[in-house]
Amino acid sequence: MEAAMGLIRRIHPKRSDTALSALLSLLPHHSSDLLSQVDQPLQVLCDVDCGKGFILCEYNRDADSYRSPWSNKYHPPLEEALFPSSELRKLEIEANEAFTIYREQYYEGGISSVYLWEDDEREGFVACFLIKKDGSKTGHGRRGYLQEGAWDAIHVIEVGPEEEKAVHYCLTSTVMLSLTTNDESSGTFSLSGSIRRQMNMDLAIADGHLCNMGRIIEEMEGRLRNTLDQVYFGKTKEMVCTLRPPPEIVMRLPNS
Amino acid sequence: MAEEEYYDSELSDKQKKEIAKWFLLNSPAGEIQYIAKDLKSVLNDERVYNEAAQEAFPLYNKSHLISLELPDRSGDVLITPYNELDKNEYLDPRDAQVATVNHVKQVCTEARPAVDEELPSPYIEEYRYALDAEMLKYVGEAYPKGVCSVYCVNGKDVEGPGSNFELVVVISAVKQSPKNFCNGSWRSVWNIEFKDEVQVLVIRGKIQVGAHYFEEGNVQLDAKNECKVETKFQAPEESAHSIANIIRHHEAEYLASLEASYSNLPDTTFKDLRRKLPVTRTLFPWHNTSQFSLTRDIQKELGIGK
Repeated sequence: MEAAMGLIRRIHPKRSDTALSALLSLLPHHSSDLLSQVDQPLQVLCDVDCGKGFILCEYNRDADSYRSPWSNKYHPPLEEALFPSSELRKLEIEANEAFTIYREQYYEGGISSVYLWEDDEREGFVACFLIKKDGSKTGHGRRGYLQEGAWDAIHVIEVGPEEEKAVHYCLTSTVMLSLTTNDESSGTFSLSGSIRRQMNMDLAIADGHLCNMGRIIEEMEGRLRNTLDQVYFGKTKEMVCTLRPPPEIVMRLPNS
Repeated sequence: MAEEEYYDSELSDKQKKEIAKWFLLNSPAGEIQYIAKDLKSVLNDERVYNEAAQEAFPLYNKSHLISLELPDRSGDVLITPYNELDKNEYLDPRDAQVATVNHVKQVCTEARPAVDEELPSPYIEEYRYALDAEMLKYVGEAYPKGVCSVYCVNGKDVEGPGSNFELVVVISAVKQSPKNFCNGSWRSVWNIEFKDEVQVLVIRGKIQVGAHYFEEGNVQLDAKNECKVETKFQAPEESAHSIANIIRHHEAEYLASLEASYSNLPDTTFKDLRRKLPVTRTLFPWHNTSQFSLTRDIQKELGIGK
């Protein structure tokens, strides 16, 4: 399993789905571990009731069907399916509405879905916030710079029980992205990758779960975007300039 | 479903070998040995692994233009499709040697003097030698760890003016810093057709740059560029000089365009995936979410209603 994760860490992020299916066939006994540890690009289905898209994940799946957060119905229909309690469903509806506006403001497009379910072990609940954005010029790219551009974000929050008017939130976030520009003079330029981070916070219950979860996610997304931009992309640029230093660095060398 | 699972768990050796080859061939630059190590333990089948490695390593080594140190440490030999004499023998035209390599271990085991048939004619060698000298100078200046070589890929036995021939310049620079979780490679291949009849050189360049940073994540850069330029057919030294100038100029421009792509990221390209700040330029008003039960009104107000 460790070796399998070692392979996933090195194989090109754009080919991680091929790598995962190869590993699943080589290590069928580890399939549940692999599926939970290797993040895959998000898939979308259309809710037949309202015509809106919703995102598929382990958290809205029952057998081979997926529950839409809009109509609360499974696609394809399923008998005796699992649903969140009516109280959680109410919060889920609110969360989906708020997150839709949040997404429009940060992403200017894309699809989002929020799923909640009871966590019997910890007397709390778990929430999964998902965003999928196609930023290419044929998708939702407002500025039209990208030949290809994808951003998939997965935020899973474990919400603990209320203790002395505070609640413990544990957020695990993954972002997978790829962007490619292509023009005649500079050729193709493509960056792709994935990172996963965790964050723990105790917040007062007074503001409500949705407000607390939203703030944590907003902070985490900002951090992840910044880390990708500054650190990860920055390191690859540094590498290019090590391989072939730009002229000003070459000229500075004799003095240093 | 049950049938499928049964089928999956009973992969044939041939299927396993194909999967193993896929992993090896898709290793990032400089990381095939790490992939190989993890792959061996995932496969848990020495024989299948060895078969896959025998087939995948030579292909990987040639496409990544890896350089191997000669046994006497006098220099490096590049592994490319252009100087392959036999599947384990690669010509080093600069020192007129033939290196025998072990692809899987990625080492050069021995070197012998090249025989006349393996080398270009004296007429071609004049052009090759002059270009090699220019490229050595350029690569020494531009790439701290670059290796280059010039091969004749067409018409190596041409004895004098009157016939076409083709040289290829290969530049390969690799940087590995596994401790910093960072690896990268720059590969350029420049084909130069010497067209005798029309007294023209047709130069075609292909540059491929890759970088991988994987500390607590996995981010990769892939960049590619191709170009075509024509120039006059001249005497060996003059030709070499003008070819080297074209390569120098184009590669410097390409590096500048890579830097420009990076500096465009924050405000243009990356912004199309996710903005740094919302369109409102203030953090999202999560404390007001109770009002979102009136979502429709707010959507109308923000002008984002469907």
